[in-house]
Amino acid sequence: MPAQTIKSRPVYGTLSPQAGKSHLFVADAEGGSAILDLARQAPEGFFGAAHIMFIPGRTGDSLLAALKALKPAQYYEGPSIAAAIPRLKQTLATAHMGLRIYLSGTEGLIGQAMQAALESGIDHTSIQTEHRGSLARRVQCVHCKGITEDVTTQPATCAHCGLLLLVRDHYSRRIAAFQGVCINAEDPTEIPQKEEMFR
Amino acid sequence: MSTGTTKLNVTVTEVVAVNELVKRFHFERTDGGDLPTFSGGAHVVVEMRDDGRTRLNPYSLMSSPLNTRDYTISVRRDDVGRGGSLFMHNRVRRGTEMVISYPVNLFSLDLRAKKHLMIAGGIGITPFMAQTSQLAAEGGNFELHYTCRTPALGTYTDVLAQRYGRRVQLYYDDRNEKLPLERLLASQPLGTHLYICGPAGMIRWVRETAAAQGWPDETVHYEHFAAPQPGAPFDVTLAVSGNQIRVGEQQSLLKAIEAAGVDPPYLCRGGVCGQCETNVISHDGVFRHNDHWLSEEDHCSGKKIMPCVSRFEGSSLVLER
Amino acid sequence: MGINFRKETFRDDFTFRNSPEFVRRFPFPFHEDAYMYAVNIEPHVPGPEGSVLENLIDVDEHYVAEMEDRALVLAEDPLRCQSLPHMTLAGWDLLELLMTEQANGYPEHFSLSRDGDRWRWINRPLGIDDTFTFGDVSTLPYGPMEYITRQSQGDFCILDQRDGNLWMDAGMVTTQADWSLDFDIGMNFFEWHAPVPLAHEKGIFTRALKFLTNIQQGKPARRLNWTMTINPRLDTSPENYHKWGTDRMTVTPENVGDKVHLRVELQSFWRLPRSNALVFPIRCYLIKMDELVTSPKWARRLHRVLRDLPQELADYKGLTRYRPTVVEWLSKHDDGAPTSAGFGPD
Repeated sequence: MPAQTIKSRPVYGTLSPQAGKSHLFVADAEGGSAILDLARQAPEGFFGAAHIMFIPGRTGDSLLAALKALKPAQYYEGPSIAAAIPRLKQTLATAHMGLRIYLSGTEGLIGQAMQAALESGIDHTSIQTEHRGSLARRVQCVHCKGITEDVTTQPATCAHCGLLLLVRDHYSRRIAAFQGVCINAEDPTEIPQKEEMFR
Repeated sequence: MSTGTTKLNVTVTEVVAVNELVKRFHFERTDGGDLPTFSGGAHVVVEMRDDGRTRLNPYSLMSSPLNTRDYTISVRRDDVGRGGSLFMHNRVRRGTEMVISYPVNLFSLDLRAKKHLMIAGGIGITPFMAQTSQLAAEGGNFELHYTCRTPALGTYTDVLAQRYGRRVQLYYDDRNEKLPLERLLASQPLGTHLYICGPAGMIRWVRETAAAQGWPDETVHYEHFAAPQPGAPFDVTLAVSGNQIRVGEQQSLLKAIEAAGVDPPYLCRGGVCGQCETNVISHDGVFRHNDHWLSEEDHCSGKKIMPCVSRFEGSSLVLER
Repeated sequence: MGINFRKETFRDDFTFRNSPEFVRRFPFPFHEDAYMYAVNIEPHVPGPEGSVLENLIDVDEHYVAEMEDRALVLAEDPLRCQSLPHMTLAGWDLLELLMTEQANGYPEHFSLSRDGDRWRWINRPLGIDDTFTFGDVSTLPYGPMEYITRQSQGDFCILDQRDGNLWMDAGMVTTQADWSLDFDIGMNFFEWHAPVPLAHEKGIFTRALKFLTNIQQGKPARRLNWTMTINPRLDTSPENYHKWGTDRMTVTPENVGDKVHLRVELQSFWRLPRSNALVFPIRCYLIKMDELVTSPKWARRLHRVLRDLPQELADYKGLTRYRPTVVEWLSKHDDGAPTSAGFGPD
């Protein structure tokens, strides 16, 4: 689990069933297994008022049968986070108070689903999160504002403007990304070696 | 540095008997100037000088926040309380000069809300008078549900119905009309915020029902000024100022500290704002905590007390004041 | 007699400088010969005539040039001014505060007349004369916060107060010391301060937050903060760091006096009446080392502060590369004599 280094770096918990009228799960890859773990302590009938949105990615296929077996009221399987977002936004737009939200999987999935939930008027503190799987980061270049997905190295090259970025722990929920700042702005002749840091 | 409030000198320009229990008081600045603008949900602390005793009671401002000519408050007469409301009802009349605090808001609207759902009981309607004015002026989305004992005691029901039509729902106890709380909470769009002001029992009922239905704490707002409860007298040592004081049966600990010439900061005197939080140096006895400020953990620790509303029973109490 | 506004630049040819009387009124931030974080907050009440605290919203000889620089920044990057949708009311509160304070403090330059919600605002230095309806955004060329902060020196953050915390939900930030409004907007008090070293562990932010959330209407507070800047550049944003970062390599013993600037932020905190939000104006003052050492006390003290500054703070403030050069230069102005207490020059 990622450790809290600074106060803006999100910390994640362990999913647990909350009091509520309905329950929305959004998960990717290994995040599916967090739903299965929660199911073991969920009260009778819990999934009868649940909607599961799952993006298996490369590593989540083995969880499909078990997730369907929970018999949620609605079940969705999507090919990518981007493909799932419009459905998530529509679900939130028509939902009522009493809906509880559970996000599990990669930081990118948790961040982007949370971003949609925040826009619909939900406080981040009321959302359950659990990190499982890759620690690859979404990074926003503070200079050109472009977002680079799946960053695993420190420093990293901005996929948009090409600057060499120091990937900070400073994180924005609104942008759903870590901050990247030019690492050699003071002396552009310094080119630090990239190291694999976020796996 | 201490915060605390700035004072305003005001003159009562009108006293209106709204019904048999409630009077409304209008204040203007004694020097004729404008009063500060405030935000819906704000209160002022009214100083009442009563034969050498000073009472300080918080009352919600109920006029439109945009009206800076006068402030209005409504006071429900409480025949068994500590006498603040009786003083206002019996002694304050048109022309009386008084001192009030600057407005302070501990019951603010969350302006991010997609919708504001307000639930009032009895005299708890007053902060909503200001909040609905504010929201209506901005085209805000709100709905007010208001329970009263009888139509005759339904303070401002007529004004509200006239101003807001179907956005206001009234429920009268004597007609056996009950607020359909569960259904109401279940039908609110995501992003709704809930506001409650009324008797303690009603606040508890609404908060518990909302929590059980999955409303996050951040979306549930309530205002409940605890009135200081009377209790057995007790003795206190103020270690910093070197005073020995006795807290009377009808007196709050804060009042007793002030009477000894020590002035802790305060904003609400109702256990909400946290200003007068006081460290306990030592004690032998039991605390009677009545505030909404300290955490459960603080209450159990025996290390902190809110002297505005909380009391003590025991043989010794030493405070860092 | 009004202020004589300087024609000057904060970029390219960097013609900014302080006239001698403005050097004397510079808000020097060190009251002793060492520096460490503290909750150094005090009531924001008017100070002596001629000081930067004479008026609670200070306007000085750099006003017109700073507003021109702000317009250039916004033309390049509109993300420097943002307001989340629920903050419009707070924007009107801020507009009222700044118009009122500027008109009261500098009647020869600004005037405000109010007839109900029909307001007329005259800003003579910038040649503005607008009549508008207070509360109606369609009657102003920009939103209320952007409109008035294009006419007010300093950066402005508007903080919404909820759940016992403060949230950075709106701001005009074009002269910042290396933080990004676009990235930090929406964060709470602890989150946007997250990159600051040492202070979290000392409980500084917990105490500061408790104080700030209790600030009442009519009782503003203030504190000073400081850093250093190479060249009198106002726009030291992270957005443009790759453009100005190389400045830090250009400091030599010969150019310290002209190139190196102490940058002081006078931060004040005000409760806004209609929105119950808190506004946090961050007013930036720059002074060249050549100007600063005209006060022997300031020269001695800044030398000692910089020399003894903990490395984490020097790194955070971006001083690392040029600190030795500046300390060496300042040491020639420090004869070791004791300094008097307090901020002012001798």
